[in-house]
Amino acid sequence: MSDAMIEVIDLTKKFGDVTAVDAVSFSVKRGEIFAFLGPNGAGKSTTIKMLTTLLRPTSGTIRVNGLDPHKQALAVRRSFGIVFQDPSLDDQLTAQENMEIHGALYKVKDAKPKIERLLKFVDLYDRRKTQVQKFSGGMKRRLEIARGLLHHPTIIFLDEPTLGLDPQTRNQMWAYLHEMNKNEGTTVFFTTHYMEEADRNAQRIAIIDNGKIVAMGSPAEVKQSQNAETLEDAFLALTGHSIREEDASSTDRMRTMMRGFQNRRR
Amino acid sequence: MSTIYIMWLRQMLRYFRSPPRIVAALAQPLLYLLAFGYGFGRIYQMAGQGDYLAFLAPGILGMSILFTSIFSGMELIWDRQFGFLKETLAAPVSRVNVMLGRTAGGATVATFQAAIVLVLAILFGFRPHDWWMLIPALLAMFLVAMLFTTLGTWFAAMLSDFQGFQMIMNFLVMPMFFLSGAMFPLNSVPPVLSMIARVDPLSYGVDAFRGLLGGASHFGLGVDFAVLAVITLVLLALGSRAFSRIEA
Repeated sequence: MSDAMIEVIDLTKKFGDVTAVDAVSFSVKRGEIFAFLGPNGAGKSTTIKMLTTLLRPTSGTIRVNGLDPHKQALAVRRSFGIVFQDPSLDDQLTAQENMEIHGALYKVKDAKPKIERLLKFVDLYDRRKTQVQKFSGGMKRRLEIARGLLHHPTIIFLDEPTLGLDPQTRNQMWAYLHEMNKNEGTTVFFTTHYMEEADRNAQRIAIIDNGKIVAMGSPAEVKQSQNAETLEDAFLALTGHSIREEDASSTDRMRTMMRGFQNRRR
Repeated sequence: MSTIYIMWLRQMLRYFRSPPRIVAALAQPLLYLLAFGYGFGRIYQMAGQGDYLAFLAPGILGMSILFTSIFSGMELIWDRQFGFLKETLAAPVSRVNVMLGRTAGGATVATFQAAIVLVLAILFGFRPHDWWMLIPALLAMFLVAMLFTTLGTWFAAMLSDFQGFQMIMNFLVMPMFFLSGAMFPLNSVPPVLSMIARVDPLSYGVDAFRGLLGGASHFGLGVDFAVLAVITLVLLALGSRAFSRIEA
């Protein structure tokens, strides 16, 4: 068994003329907590999607737990868990039902008490029988996290998990992840826009910009390389100050449309 | 197996949780039963063809199943847009089973919906020639529902948003309904129309319902079931392939 949990060599993904991920190479060690940082549209989510079998790379090699996500998709899926950046709940179902479906899909043994514990953990137990569509953004986010933690994979991917979370939940989530990391050797791969969060939790980080990795190492090393006091300063020194535009996806457009419908109905 | 069950269960939960959807899906078949059943009934009778309601009711069942099934299948687009699809795509289970569960769920919903239409038709005066035939008729309804739910899922797996949906409705689903012989007997139509009806899977579905409920079929029950089963299997193969290749 190799030392690397994730091994990426020359990974490239093109969408038409746009190169979203450009010959990226990195590796994440078994049991490591690794942060993948970058401005909007830098290629973070695209990379995660390729690592998690949801998107086929244009070229390059990926090994997750020693397996190829494209050729051995099912085996790779058995080794990871994921908390997505955008919503992935069924909002017609209740919180409890969303958890139960996840438990069934991931064949979680003895799911009932675990679901109860996690719903209490994210403070949604009293609302477990409520349809998710009645939840606020923060509550949905908490449910996504509880669901992502229901099964204990070898590696867990979290794509901007703490976006829109209050500090209480954020801290609890990290306490939980550190415990999993310590007790079960779970590898944690996450993205975030909060540099302080990366600095505090990650053993190593990589900064990606315009599809290319511009810095990699421990938070201290990256700060040192830029002579920066904080990781945020180092990040800005590496990626510049201009604000990145992200095209609205068709999903965003549809959500806007739906909101329009709902407002009209009221 | 548990994957198929949980995905089926999810479709059930969603369906029974939205009564407006149940009612809305009944409006169209009901309208057709009323407008055509009563509107054309006399003319049909005068043309010497007998009881139009007895002829029309199986056609309306076919219509109800066609529309509900295609919609259920295409719900996949909805799941993609609102994100739940990712949850099932990243899960460590066979995607073929995910698709089978979704499809079976959608087909169950469509069959249930059509059973309500059948009850309504009976209230309007429709009489099956043999009440025991309701049981095989329900099976035939489920088979037709599987066929069209799979067709909808297959299309949805290849579309990323709703823009292609309208096109499929106008150029495929509506013609499939109107040219299937759901509304008129196939034994007295011009050869062109008869040819088209022969390649329309709904023709065989409606014909099977007529054979079972009315006692007389155009193609013969054996042919109906054979054609429906083969097309369903082919579509399941195509649909699973497309579903397995979906990227998020």
